[in-house]
Amino acid sequence: MSLFTDPRWGEALSHLPDYLGNHVRVSLAALALGLAISLPLAILTRNRPAPRAILLAFASIVQTVPGLALLALFYPLLLAAASVTLAWFGISFSAFGFLPAMLALALYSMLPVLRNGITGLNGIDPALIEAAKGVGMTPRQSLLMVELPLALPVMMAGIRTAAVWVIGTATLSTPIGQTSLGNYIFAGLQTQNWVFVLFGCFASALLALAVDQLLGLIESGLRHRSRLRTGLGGIGIAALVVATLVPTMSRSSQGYVVGAKTFAEQYVLSALLRERLQAAGLSATARSGLGSSVIFEALKAGDIDLYVDYSGTLWANQLHRTDIKPRAELLADLKTALAKDNITLLGELGFENAYALVIPKKRAEALGIRDISDLAAHASTLSIAGDYEFFSRPEWAALQKTYGLQFRAQRQMQPDFMYAAVASGEVDVIAGYTSDGLIAKYDLVALDDPRHAIPPYDAILLLAPKRAGDEKLQAALKPLLGRIDIATMREANLRASGNDANSSPDAVAQWLWEKVGRR
Amino acid sequence: MPSRPMIGYTHVTKSFGSLRAVDDLSLDIAGGEFVAIVGGSGSGKTTLLRLANRLIEADGGTITVEGDDVKNVDPVALRRRIGYVFQSGGLFPHLSVADNIGITPKLLGAPVADIDARVDELLALVQLDRAAHRDRLPEALSGGQRQRVGVARALAAGPRIVLMDEPFGALDPLTRDALGDDYRALHRKLGLTTVMITHDMTEAILLADRIAVMRGGRLLAQGTPAELSTSSDAYVLDLLRTPRRQVQRLNTLLPSSGAA
Repeated sequence: MSLFTDPRWGEALSHLPDYLGNHVRVSLAALALGLAISLPLAILTRNRPAPRAILLAFASIVQTVPGLALLALFYPLLLAAASVTLAWFGISFSAFGFLPAMLALALYSMLPVLRNGITGLNGIDPALIEAAKGVGMTPRQSLLMVELPLALPVMMAGIRTAAVWVIGTATLSTPIGQTSLGNYIFAGLQTQNWVFVLFGCFASALLALAVDQLLGLIESGLRHRSRLRTGLGGIGIAALVVATLVPTMSRSSQGYVVGAKTFAEQYVLSALLRERLQAAGLSATARSGLGSSVIFEALKAGDIDLYVDYSGTLWANQLHRTDIKPRAELLADLKTALAKDNITLLGELGFENAYALVIPKKRAEALGIRDISDLAAHASTLSIAGDYEFFSRPEWAALQKTYGLQFRAQRQMQPDFMYAAVASGEVDVIAGYTSDGLIAKYDLVALDDPRHAIPPYDAILLLAPKRAGDEKLQAALKPLLGRIDIATMREANLRASGNDANSSPDAVAQWLWEKVGRR
Repeated sequence: MPSRPMIGYTHVTKSFGSLRAVDDLSLDIAGGEFVAIVGGSGSGKTTLLRLANRLIEADGGTITVEGDDVKNVDPVALRRRIGYVFQSGGLFPHLSVADNIGITPKLLGAPVADIDARVDELLALVQLDRAAHRDRLPEALSGGQRQRVGVARALAAGPRIVLMDEPFGALDPLTRDALGDDYRALHRKLGLTTVMITHDMTEAILLADRIAVMRGGRLLAQGTPAELSTSSDAYVLDLLRTPRRQVQRLNTLLPSSGAA
């Protein structure tokens, strides 16, 4: 199949109105807010060196925070703020999606606007400011008629830089629940769908370029006092916003929002849940690529209606428990604890996606390693890789403590690349996932955990508080409970890791339903 | 000296840190007078000029403009009724010649048609061709043309007083000569009161009715060129003799035939 006839282009295109629209709205809102804060600050501090230095230092520090981290930081921050406003004023707001993304991006846009604004205003010949005073201008008239017009080219350059940065960084707002062109990139990277990755990159680059050119048109219009050019640029940007609003307004109510974390299995399960809901005559949309802690809070707050989590994850991260209980007991405790937050644990899907220490089968045989106890004896000569959160999770601490594991080196890796890395010997051991299809593909083995250091990780279906009594929803989902065994899920995950049209989450979800639905 | 000067400085003092830029200075300028303020760099002459339209605030003493104590006049309103010609033109580079000239009337809220007519009138007054210059940006003008626009801008709102800060200093000698003469004619024709800063004694003698000599923030001497020539101050006499000394040297260097 040639790259251009790949049906995934069509699928990507079908998401464009939604992804692009959200991307444009959050970027332009952030930019507008950023400008509304930064421009007045630049103007106010133009003759005050001390506050100016503090402001620029602050903006520079913000800029050194990676975009993804900045976006992720705003989520808990707003969550805390929302609980405070709820307690004090009885008003709560959603800390999910648009608001944290817009605030973080607005902050991100400040440095170029501030720096260029201040540079532009301070770069004006003092004799001209004196002349403005001399001909009888008030400070305000001097600012509007002389200083701002003269600083305009430098200021606009800053605004254009900020616009490009914000549009680029907005692709990283997917994990905090803001739909953006980043949805293509995150989903594409997780499901090895390079068509999506390319599509997302090109779309955001084109958008950045288009907005930059429109701002350039406005700048040239202002500079040459051409109402036509300024108007055309303004109309262009307004048209962009309006065009992205139309599909949103014409779309009917969103229905159920199905969440998914940032890995392939979650994309597949989310697609499966949506297909089941649609088959039952309910409408459903996806909110995919959400961060692991964001997704639970989003469910609690009702920003999403349902998703699949794993018992051990919630046990450790939400209940902050470090003890380990047998599977059934842990599930029962979890169900009771979640019920306090009015979250429904509808049931388990049937498979576990636990962390497991994984090594190549041949290597295990050569070293005589059957379980983690055996591994501990060799650990000091071996290196281990895990995903971005593994080494800060309680499971890792428990593993180290229980088995006295001391590896020669540890590194973090994108989960998709870990399996190939251990298969090729680049690392010796990885902290993989038991349901991962790549274990079979690369002929790897997940080592047993005889002392139960790792808690059980049953895949469980969670419903938001507002869906607690929703019988229609529950009836549509019940057929899935207990149906998906580990072998089936591994095969589904392996299919999803392929790079063709049959590996899209929707296609795999269909395959999965055909397989388990008949049972 | 008339009882009510157009501009009156009485025991005026202004310091910048420990530097006394203007030191207990008193000077009256009568209506219709053309006064040149002469002195070396740092003698306080620019400070003295800027005190009159409150671009700088005095520390002590009293300054009156048309009889009003400037402290009691809104500085913005004060500046709008006093024309000011800046050292190197001070034209706004992003505004056309017409917009530069019309700026003060515009600030005063004059109707657009009136401003347009006034701009044309002023272009004619400072001898700039309307068609060729009206819509140009300052960068497209020569130094002399820019200073003519600067003068036109200072006159736009019909002030009775014009302050000039070394207006012709940066021009080539021919342009400078022509511009000086042209301004002197305008001063007479419009009945202006002009205070001009210069460090060039020749220019001061040729253009001004009266010369004030400053040194170290103090008024060293003041009077007509003839009065100053009888001064007992060695610095004043030295300044005053400079033009003649130059002429004598020129006479020995240049053949007397040819030039008139």
